[in-house]
Amino acid sequence: MSLILSSIIVLGGIGVLSAAVLYFVSKRFHVVEEPEVALIEAELPGANCGACGYSGCHDFAVNCAKVPSLEGFNCPGGGEKAMSAIARIKGVDSVAARPMVAVVHCNGTCENRPIKSYYDGARSCAILSMVAVGATDCAYGCLGEGDCVAACRWNAITMNPLTGMPEVDTDLCTGCGVCAARCPRSLIELRPKGPRGMRVYVACANREKGAMAIKECKVSCIACGKCARSCPHDAIRIENNLAYIDFEKCKLCRKCVDQCPTHAIHAVNFPILKPKSELAGTIEEKR
Amino acid sequence: MLHTFHKGGVHPPQSKLTASQPIIDIELPRKVVVTFSQHIGAIAVCDLKKGDHVTRGQVIAHAAGFVSTNIHTPISGKVVKLDRCKTAFGHPADTVTIEASDEDHQSDLDAIESLSPVRDDDTAMSLASEELIKIIDDAGIVGLGGATFPTKVKLTPPPGSKADILIVNGVECEPYLTNDHAIMLANSEDIVRGIRLLMRAAKVDRAVVGIEANKPDAIEAMTRAASTCRAIEIMPLKVKYPEGGEKQLIEAVTGREVPSGGLPISVGAIVQNVATALAVSDAVRYGLPLMSRVITVTGPSVKKPGNYRVPIGTDIRSLIDIAGGVPSDVGKIILGGPMMGKAVVSIDAPTIKGVSGILMLPLSMSRRREPEPCIRCGACVDACPMGLEPYLLATLSRFDRWEDCEDNKVMNCIECGSCSYICPAARPILDYIRLGKNKVGAAIKARRAQSK
Repeated sequence: MSLILSSIIVLGGIGVLSAAVLYFVSKRFHVVEEPEVALIEAELPGANCGACGYSGCHDFAVNCAKVPSLEGFNCPGGGEKAMSAIARIKGVDSVAARPMVAVVHCNGTCENRPIKSYYDGARSCAILSMVAVGATDCAYGCLGEGDCVAACRWNAITMNPLTGMPEVDTDLCTGCGVCAARCPRSLIELRPKGPRGMRVYVACANREKGAMAIKECKVSCIACGKCARSCPHDAIRIENNLAYIDFEKCKLCRKCVDQCPTHAIHAVNFPILKPKSELAGTIEEKR
Repeated sequence: MLHTFHKGGVHPPQSKLTASQPIIDIELPRKVVVTFSQHIGAIAVCDLKKGDHVTRGQVIAHAAGFVSTNIHTPISGKVVKLDRCKTAFGHPADTVTIEASDEDHQSDLDAIESLSPVRDDDTAMSLASEELIKIIDDAGIVGLGGATFPTKVKLTPPPGSKADILIVNGVECEPYLTNDHAIMLANSEDIVRGIRLLMRAAKVDRAVVGIEANKPDAIEAMTRAASTCRAIEIMPLKVKYPEGGEKQLIEAVTGREVPSGGLPISVGAIVQNVATALAVSDAVRYGLPLMSRVITVTGPSVKKPGNYRVPIGTDIRSLIDIAGGVPSDVGKIILGGPMMGKAVVSIDAPTIKGVSGILMLPLSMSRRREPEPCIRCGACVDACPMGLEPYLLATLSRFDRWEDCEDNKVMNCIECGSCSYICPAARPILDYIRLGKNKVGAAIKARRAQSK
């Protein structure tokens, strides 16, 4: 009986003492914070992705509360919804940032780019890219170990088991760019979501000359320049044996898409106009 | 009591299948493909044009800077192609393809037949240090133990440091490989000459050749060859992997420990491989640049495993064909040994200066086990020859904690693979440590560039 009693007294005593210390410390070292900080932080997604340039959502809120305007502050994760809410809190006009989406510049599926070797090391693109060229011949394309999938805080990227390629869900992607920074081959680029999600881009990053590139992958850019010549808006340039479509200049006319002999140019989210049998297979329609 | 290093180490099965076999000179190939990045440092610059004629031993790519080296053609012939080819690891690289006509081939064979010294030993030994380093530099000699660090850089210590001992690495602690063993048996006199020349070039008056005790015939041959030179000591070492690591060998031979982040020169030591010493001897005595090396082609199911002297640039497939072709049960082909070598993705690629062996492992031996959770047994800590905590570094690296990796001395890792070898849970420890090294190395470089 006395054992139980002494235990209760000792533990209770420790509890009371700790509570007193905690109470004292919390009063003595209380940090006065702008009430705005808590309000702003409540609107942020809380993923701490770092895409805004600050070390986490709290840091963003603290810095955002310090200055009167919203200039230079953008939370890609929260998107327009979060930013307009923050603008309301601060009583300023919201600065509409262009919504961006991650685009993978590779279409090296198992079918287009045969697997030549077997890798059984640690499952990480960063490690694989240091050890060898990857499971296929292409030294520029997707390694398929899913570093981008692991990096995404929004579950917007998934690995398609049929193609072995990552796929970005346009609705879930916030354009934070964490995946782009993580990809050891720099295959992911942030491009504007475009009207109704329509985008045209080159799904290849191979910088070898055409003859070598086409041997490595059936749908590689061979830098023939047909797309650049066909573009009425001068939006396509060929650099290092690779075509790049400048999204600032591109008017989404899709003239280049049909020109590309290797079908390396992808047009996504366009409404299907005339389902030509040969065209239907070449233009990938993604939702 | 034989000397060895003190921290860690493992004992993988020796599997030296080709230990007692002599060196076989392979037939001079009619076609070679030479890449320009066969060494650590800047990629050599090639100024040949298509159609140019080159003769055996001619420089085809010049050193581009101090840490770089010349590259020579091992055959005479015409430049037929200057383009990008795949290396054995699949990366595209600039290459030159040289093809020999019948005349070229015959003249090369005659030149090999009528090889005679250009300098006798007395003239060679009276050359000044600078002259020797110039010859070594021109001959394109790099460390042939596998790291391919330009030899002249090691021989020119940074100002303020002075070497007092030359350590010659004849350890060959990698399982399967016997190429250094083979040259120590066949060319012991030449190696001793090379060591004396290296001592002269580095201005040291003492050399120790470290050889693992599992090669008694090599120890005997080297002792006999070095009996006339009192400055050279042959030291048998206890068998333990990775004794051939530069820092481990220095500790085993001299008892000195290279400080963290330091170079061997900071404890007064210069380490050179026996094959490098042989190349130095060939360069000084015969005027031959580095254009061939001994490669062990081996594996449990290889038909004719052996030590082959190969002109550098011969493609790997034809070398494997000479050794009896790719065995049907092969699962992995590795350049180098099983511990530190790298698996290739293609054998239609040229050999380069750093290839010490081609190991073909059967499928049953080449697959990794599925990794299991770390059981905190500490076997990797016991095995690490650098006194690191591999399990910790791997975990930190896995969670992107690069600063913590740096604090835990990830850069000291020599990538010997003892941790991954010993791990009972088959965790890919070294894979993650290598990633950490890569990231921390880049951060250190960026910091240095910023502070400049």
